[in-house]
Amino acid sequence: MSIPQNLSYTKEHEWLSVVDGVATVGITAFAAESLGDIVFVQLPAVGGTVTAGEVFGEVESTKSVSELYSPVSGEVVEVNETTSDTPEVVNSDPYTEGWLLKVRLTGDVPELLDAAAYAALTQEN
Amino acid sequence: MPESTQSRETSLHAVHKGLGALFTDFAGWSMPVRYASELAEHKAVREAAGLFDLSHMAEIHVRGAQAADVLDYALVGNLTGVKPGRARYTMICDADGGVLDDLVVYRLADEEYLVVANAGNADVVAEALAERVAGFDAVVENRSADTALIAVQGPRAVDVLAAATDADLGALKYYASVPVVVKGHEVLLARTGYTGEDGFELFVPAAEAPALWRILTEAGEPHGLVPCGLACRDTLRLEAGMPLYGNELTRELNPFAAGLGRVVKFEKPGDFVGRSALADLAKADVPRVRVGLRGAGRRAPRHGYAVLSGDVSVGDVTSGALSPTLGYPIAMAYVDRAYAEPGTKLSVDIRGRIEPVEVVDLPFYSRA
Repeated sequence: MSIPQNLSYTKEHEWLSVVDGVATVGITAFAAESLGDIVFVQLPAVGGTVTAGEVFGEVESTKSVSELYSPVSGEVVEVNETTSDTPEVVNSDPYTEGWLLKVRLTGDVPELLDAAAYAALTQEN
Repeated sequence: MPESTQSRETSLHAVHKGLGALFTDFAGWSMPVRYASELAEHKAVREAAGLFDLSHMAEIHVRGAQAADVLDYALVGNLTGVKPGRARYTMICDADGGVLDDLVVYRLADEEYLVVANAGNADVVAEALAERVAGFDAVVENRSADTALIAVQGPRAVDVLAAATDADLGALKYYASVPVVVKGHEVLLARTGYTGEDGFELFVPAAEAPALWRILTEAGEPHGLVPCGLACRDTLRLEAGMPLYGNELTRELNPFAAGLGRVVKFEKPGDFVGRSALADLAKADVPRVRVGLRGAGRRAPRHGYAVLSGDVSVGDVTSGALSPTLGYPIAMAYVDRAYAEPGTKLSVDIRGRIEPVEVVDLPFYSRA
């Protein structure tokens, strides 16, 4: 299971990359693999806000629905429209083409896991 | 999904592990939920062929001079009327008419039947048959532990089997079975399945299942056969409008409510368990009936979601998914009779969002 070194991770299996105060958020390959084939992604509207620790959307696979929790607080500046027509991109390319949203941070970035710590977490699972 | 250490494993478990299967606990069994992509597995069954391990299903043999009579008494169907070599879909009910399980019963010989029950109801069915055999000249033998069941399903299933056995597959009708030899293995080959496709189910001693799996995998390779897990089995049977015990069928429901009243054979002679209650239920207006729902977009109604007419709750979804074959959401639901007519516009509360659906005929998908 790929875990890129340059990203940060949450215990809820999201990844995060922060550049110039804007966080790009997605779900990890581990999460995508666990869910199965993703058939629907619900994301917030651009211009809305997300709050760290709160639900910002949903991913549906054939068999399950999972809520997405925001690792950060801020304004949604972009969502990945590709996921509405081809949600399978989250399975096939979770770290690049399958990103979910970009958030302009309004608060601090919470403590996150590095790749090694996230790898250890998924091993436990 | 973490693999439960408590679950029972089929004799094919090591084979599945070797294929990289993801496992799920199902009715106390550790079963492959998928090997890679459940959508690819679903598509393979619709367009080529899929290989399933169904060894968690229960195989209960009923033998003896009165084997037919005891099954006529124990089940709601007319099993005397099943010719040797043929099979029938039927149900076992309790005295109140509640469905204990839905079954496929194969008549293997004049005096021998094979009852195939759902994994989750294996003990219930075995115990009920053991009780109901009292007073009949017949014996009930639960051979579930020693029997493996492998299914080959899909339009190319016949090609796959033809590459592995010399048996005359053309002569084997739908819902029929015949003992055959598959590359040295004696199996009971049945033309049955739960996917809406042509296909076969192979009953084999559990110890021989890994060898048979390999034989079928090899035979199926040129025909696009892929191993398939329970995830795609569920979407396949949903598209085919087939009930799943625990979802569309429960002990609280009776065959009439499920829209399966035709399986109850009142015309057969003699009493059978549930006859009196079922006769009353057949005359009564069933308050809620099973229907198909078609949605729009990609958001699927799922088990337990409320079906609405305006603001009024008129039913509950029992199974639902975004149909991999059709590309739109489909669901089965129980709705008040007044809303059961195909074409009726309803909606489903999908986690707080009200999504429109239309009542449609079942099945959603039929093979050409």
